[in-house]
Amino acid sequence: MEYIAIVLSAILVNNIVLAQFLGLCPFFGVSNKISTAAGMGGAVLFVMTVAAIVTYLISHYILIPYDLIYLRTVTYILVISSLVQMVEIILKKVSPPLYQALGIFLPLMTTNCAILGVAILVIQQEHTLISGVVFAIAHAIGFTLALVILGGIREQLELLNVPKGMRGNPVILVAAGLLAMAFMGFAGIV
Amino acid sequence: MDQVKNFTKGFIRENPVFALMLGLCPALGTTTSAYNGMGMGLATLFVVVMSNIVVSLIKNFVPNKVRIPSYIVIIASFVTIVDLVMAGYMPALHEQLGLFIPLIVVNCFVLGRAEAFAQKNTLGSSIIDGTGMGLGFTLALTMLGAAREILGSYSLFGFQFIRDDGMLIFILAPGAFIALGYLIALTNRLK
Repeated sequence: MEYIAIVLSAILVNNIVLAQFLGLCPFFGVSNKISTAAGMGGAVLFVMTVAAIVTYLISHYILIPYDLIYLRTVTYILVISSLVQMVEIILKKVSPPLYQALGIFLPLMTTNCAILGVAILVIQQEHTLISGVVFAIAHAIGFTLALVILGGIREQLELLNVPKGMRGNPVILVAAGLLAMAFMGFAGIV
Repeated sequence: MDQVKNFTKGFIRENPVFALMLGLCPALGTTTSAYNGMGMGLATLFVVVMSNIVVSLIKNFVPNKVRIPSYIVIIASFVTIVDLVMAGYMPALHEQLGLFIPLIVVNCFVLGRAEAFAQKNTLGSSIIDGTGMGLGFTLALTMLGAAREILGSYSLFGFQFIRDDGMLIFILAPGAFIALGYLIALTNRLK
């Protein structure tokens, strides 16, 4: 029951992109088509979950026992960037088609603040390892959902006659705002 | 003359938020009021200037292959300094900005300045570049914060000019996207 609450809250109520403003660069950068949006979502799901597990273990077995909490930001970002590199190398060897599909999104993952944000939130909200993993997966699904929906909206936007001043980024931002407004309707279900 | 251009390019023409769409997470997440936006902007200004200084000083000693990780560690160290200083001296603002202070590390605009400018230029022009871009970022966040505060709570920097609740939507998440969209349209027009 507790896990269902975590999942619903992360995907719908506190959507990581639309309510918490994390991972906005990929949200606007790679959402021009539904297929690329889904690819990015898959990569984020993978890296976010592994990063949450690894940073949880580092935090609880190295940083907290030795009183090194102030090194949190430095260690986390190093762990995440090396993790991204490692995932890239492994995927290249194990599953070339998936590696091809994710392409440029993998290296971009290092500067995706959603990954670091979720790793920090797992520690701040004092999750256990299992609820931390559920938390990370649910946030990644929420991220993918927001990205895919915006991808769909942008595919339709291309067909519209947008006023000159609003073309390009402004109209996408307004569309994202309306999407965020729709997600606000979920407030209170958990 | 070139240095003047180098300094002012971040204000409008290459403004990190309005023109380049970089660093959007803190730009939207922290700008519920002009004061919060300015606090976040100044914290980022400090980090970008300091990291530009260090990166331009060590640029000749860092092997090309490990340059990104080393830049990230440099940036993360300055972010930790900001985090601790803010927690000590400005606990209220630190509480408000919350998660977004450690997330300055992954603000693509800070790493972007190190990678695109500081590693190729002298110390002096790196400092000017960092200061100009940092001020541009602060300006953008303060403007967005002011717009949201004026519409959302009818006040500016905490000074209430209409005794009413304001349009709450601009304080909430959707208002951030919409306000930024219109501000970008406005700066496109100014360019």
